[in-house]
Amino acid sequence: MEQLRCNDLTLGYENGAVVKNLSFSVSEGDYLAIVGENGSGKTTLMKTLLGLLKPLGGEIERGEGLRRFDVGYLPQQTLVQRDFPASVWEVVLSGCLSGEKFRPFYTKEDRKKARENLEKMGLTALKNRSYRELSGGQQQRVLLARALCATRKILLLDEPVTGLDPRVTIELYELIRKLNDEGITIIMISHDVSAAVKYANKILHIGRQTFFGSVKEYLDSDLGKSFTGKEESV
Amino acid sequence: MIEAFQKLGQYMQFPFVRYALIVGVLIALCSSLLGVTLVLKRFSFIGDGLSHVAFGAMSVAAVVGLTNEMFIVMPVTVVSAILLLRTGQNARIKGDASVALISVFALAFGYLLMNLFPTSSNVSADVCGTLFGSTSVLTLTEQEVWISAGLSLVTVVVFVLFYNRIFAVTFDENFSKATGIRTNLYNLIIAVVIAVVIVLAMNLVGSLLISALIIFPALSAMRVFKSFLSVTICSAALSVSTALLGLFASIMFGTPVGPTIVVAEAIAFAIFWIIGAAMGAKRK
Repeated sequence: MEQLRCNDLTLGYENGAVVKNLSFSVSEGDYLAIVGENGSGKTTLMKTLLGLLKPLGGEIERGEGLRRFDVGYLPQQTLVQRDFPASVWEVVLSGCLSGEKFRPFYTKEDRKKARENLEKMGLTALKNRSYRELSGGQQQRVLLARALCATRKILLLDEPVTGLDPRVTIELYELIRKLNDEGITIIMISHDVSAAVKYANKILHIGRQTFFGSVKEYLDSDLGKSFTGKEESV
Repeated sequence: MIEAFQKLGQYMQFPFVRYALIVGVLIALCSSLLGVTLVLKRFSFIGDGLSHVAFGAMSVAAVVGLTNEMFIVMPVTVVSAILLLRTGQNARIKGDASVALISVFALAFGYLLMNLFPTSSNVSADVCGTLFGSTSVLTLTEQEVWISAGLSLVTVVVFVLFYNRIFAVTFDENFSKATGIRTNLYNLIIAVVIAVVIVLAMNLVGSLLISALIIFPALSAMRVFKSFLSVTICSAALSVSTALLGLFASIMFGTPVGPTIVVAEAIAFAIFWIIGAAMGAKRK
């Protein structure tokens, strides 16, 4: 079932478009990797998908049963968070807040959901630890657990492995794949083209040239060949 | 020591001392609550800028001859807070510059007004009093105490009701926005509450020293505690106890109230800093 369809999108800020004529769609259970050079508009696209920015042109259609805020988000770390006094539990629980209904305090179901997602990310033992004292990989898992509290349908990941060492990077990719296997749609922005073609089933390449299609089609295309550094077809 | 306590007991007979203690505790409580958010959002400056604005507004009120300055000072400060926080969101540097711009202008304008239209024979004493608090907390009327108490109560209630959302917006504004939390609304609420706290705190420590009341307890608590809730509670407790200590000390030794409280806060910060460093060393 199609969850998101973008028709002829133009993205950017007031002073100019960054990306033009972008069309693609995401179906339930897909793993879409968005790749492209720096400054090609990957982050702008993500902000638009999240509803933080309005597209300058074109439209985003949401599939049936997908409400506007049904998107979980794993942002890049901000400077503020590095020195932020917050326990793992507080961070994960904050994913349960939503704009739909105003409730001043967390409910029993919120707490249950947070506990389950902590367990799923293997963080139960770290529940009362301070977020700023964790390693980079642990912090990413905390933010993943928070994103899972916000949605069970689509996860948007913005450069999830930046700054992680190789072993932790593979662990995180495997974790994301496990979530995808459970039926959660994944949209991931990545520099890491080799990981993108390994884990994703669809590729969206933006930049001077645009490509949207399955991983196999991407690897067979000239653009994909030049980008993965494999001149011979795989 | 016993003598000192007896002396204190005598002072407590006077209603103005009791008023000062009540208002002092309430203001200390309110100012510490939002301190954590301000420090973490890198908005420490704004408290300073706003207090200068409040000083400017206060001199306008004095020159116009209003009986209750609150009616001018409060709205002017609230509006400035909203404007400052709004520019701060779009560009960090622009926000910094606008804070400096507004605060310096308000300070100069206020002093100029008080000189041009002196309301008493000793202008410098008036100005000094407004800037450093002097004795105004000891000359509160019953009505002023009620106003302070009411506004403090509103501040605490707002903070408790919105606590979880204030945490979310402070920790990760983009994530909150993406899940549909109206971050602009919460930034607005934060701005308004800060303005209210600053106007209240002018009575206690004067407009130049307000930042200390907002920043010191939060920074001290952050040295030692690790979760948002414990930092918030610790900074509230710390703020209230140092304010009380400072008030008692200033009553007993006849020192100016504002600076005494700030020195007490600074000593507490030093102690917490040492504890934090010791805990860090132990863990390694």
